[in-house]
Amino acid sequence: MGFDMSAIHLKDLNIFYGDTQVVHDVTLDVAAGESFALVGESGSGKSTILKAIMGLAPDWTGAIEVDGKPRSHGPDRAFSRQCQMVFQDPYGSLHPRKTIDATLAEPLLIHGLKNRDARVVELLGEVGLDARFRFRFPHQLSGGQRQRVAIARALALEPRFLLLDEPTSALDVSIQAEILNLLKRLRKERGLTYLMVTHNLPVVAFMCDRLAVMRHGRIEEIASAEALKTGALATPYARELYRLSNPEETAEEQP
Amino acid sequence: MSLLDIQNLTVTFPTPRGPVNVVDGVSLTLGQERLGIVGESGSGKSMTGRAILGLVRPPGVVKADRMAFEGQELQGLSDRAMRKIRGARISMVMQDPKFSLNPVMTVGRQIEEALRTHESLPRRALKARVAEMLEAVRIHDPERVMDLYPHEVSGGMGQRIMIAMMLIPRPRILIADEPTSALDVSVQGQVLDLIDELVRENGMGLMLVSHDLHLVGRYCDRVMVMNAGRVVEVLDAKNLHAAQHPYTKGLLAAVPRMNETRAELPTLDRSQWAST
Repeated sequence: MGFDMSAIHLKDLNIFYGDTQVVHDVTLDVAAGESFALVGESGSGKSTILKAIMGLAPDWTGAIEVDGKPRSHGPDRAFSRQCQMVFQDPYGSLHPRKTIDATLAEPLLIHGLKNRDARVVELLGEVGLDARFRFRFPHQLSGGQRQRVAIARALALEPRFLLLDEPTSALDVSIQAEILNLLKRLRKERGLTYLMVTHNLPVVAFMCDRLAVMRHGRIEEIASAEALKTGALATPYARELYRLSNPEETAEEQP
Repeated sequence: MSLLDIQNLTVTFPTPRGPVNVVDGVSLTLGQERLGIVGESGSGKSMTGRAILGLVRPPGVVKADRMAFEGQELQGLSDRAMRKIRGARISMVMQDPKFSLNPVMTVGRQIEEALRTHESLPRRALKARVAEMLEAVRIHDPERVMDLYPHEVSGGMGQRIMIAMMLIPRPRILIADEPTSALDVSVQGQVLDLIDELVRENGMGLMLVSHDLHLVGRYCDRVMVMNAGRVVEVLDAKNLHAAQHPYTKGLLAAVPRMNETRAELPTLDRSQWAST
């Protein structure tokens, strides 16, 4: 699997909520195996792009292709085998009345997969959760443990693409480090492609190969992680975000 | 004399497995300075702030050898006496303006109410003070903003309105509990600069509660690091990077950096010091 073919391809994407257009003419390509970040302020449309890819924001024009196949405007069973999403808030994204076992078995059941019992145990192991968590409820888990469950659920169907919507912004820094390490390891082991939304530029520097800076629903700039690390960003807005995210270092440069 | 003097503060909650001290013997003093309290979820940092204001609800129990504000013991004060201190003398900015502003009351009315509760002023003077306060938090057209409802303002403006509301009775101490974690990076700096400026200008004491060590290091004079209800370490903010305790060091190292080169982030080995 190389970086040459485009795994997620968005072209002239416009997304609407009713009469309001929230994403304007977004064109970007994510290569297979790449980790790509969408960054920007609240309301810049970055999460909406993930939702449109998943079929959760059906009102769009333009083109969305994943793995060479055009996406429909709604949820799609075959597509969900390919691509899964992890949400920001692990307190909101797990069913409170379902055990971890039921949560992880559900996608397997829907897709009629066999060996569910063994798979659930395997999934827990892959995200670093002890088997004793299997029959607990979400409220008996900490935020970091819940996010591990959410990641395990996303991996249940062995997708090749993960859409990550601020996967660590609800967590403490020490837990964030654990989850970021986990995501990085899983990507390496399974050759996953990540499209990740975040507002945290240092997280991008740690996790991603490239990033798109968004503002008011448009892409301002697409840059490499190297350019981000050295602050070599082209547009004034991206440089401003860099400066605000990195006050210590940039303050030293000024006399 | 320090503004706030707390000795051996304990906050206890009953659990099925017996009482748990969520704050466990914390002592601190606060003068006209900026003190940061840092820790992870469950470290007791927010409970410490709440205990000072008498906002720990039953079945939580607050005990301290001493909890004095400007020399006056706060424990055992009647609700009525406490209300004269809370808001007027010590006030608190909470995390998310979306949940702490009243959604069915205009911004102007809410700020006015905060003032009216503690001072009786003629109507015109009230309005002038509200407008003046809104200008102080850099809202440039106070007349227009006063008539808006909370859903009509952005998160950053909402938080500035909260700050205006908390500072209008001219308190001596401001407790800011994660005042910017619900805000975008681009607005965070503005809100903290504003708090910083108002605290300095008015010679107040600031207690900034946050999980973000770097942020607290930037905006405070001293930093108190908490874990599992106890104070782990107290440092001068400028010496933050010279922290000695493994917990503080671990927290600092776990944050990704902009010029990140590490393949893996170091994680905390909790078995060393965490009791749970």
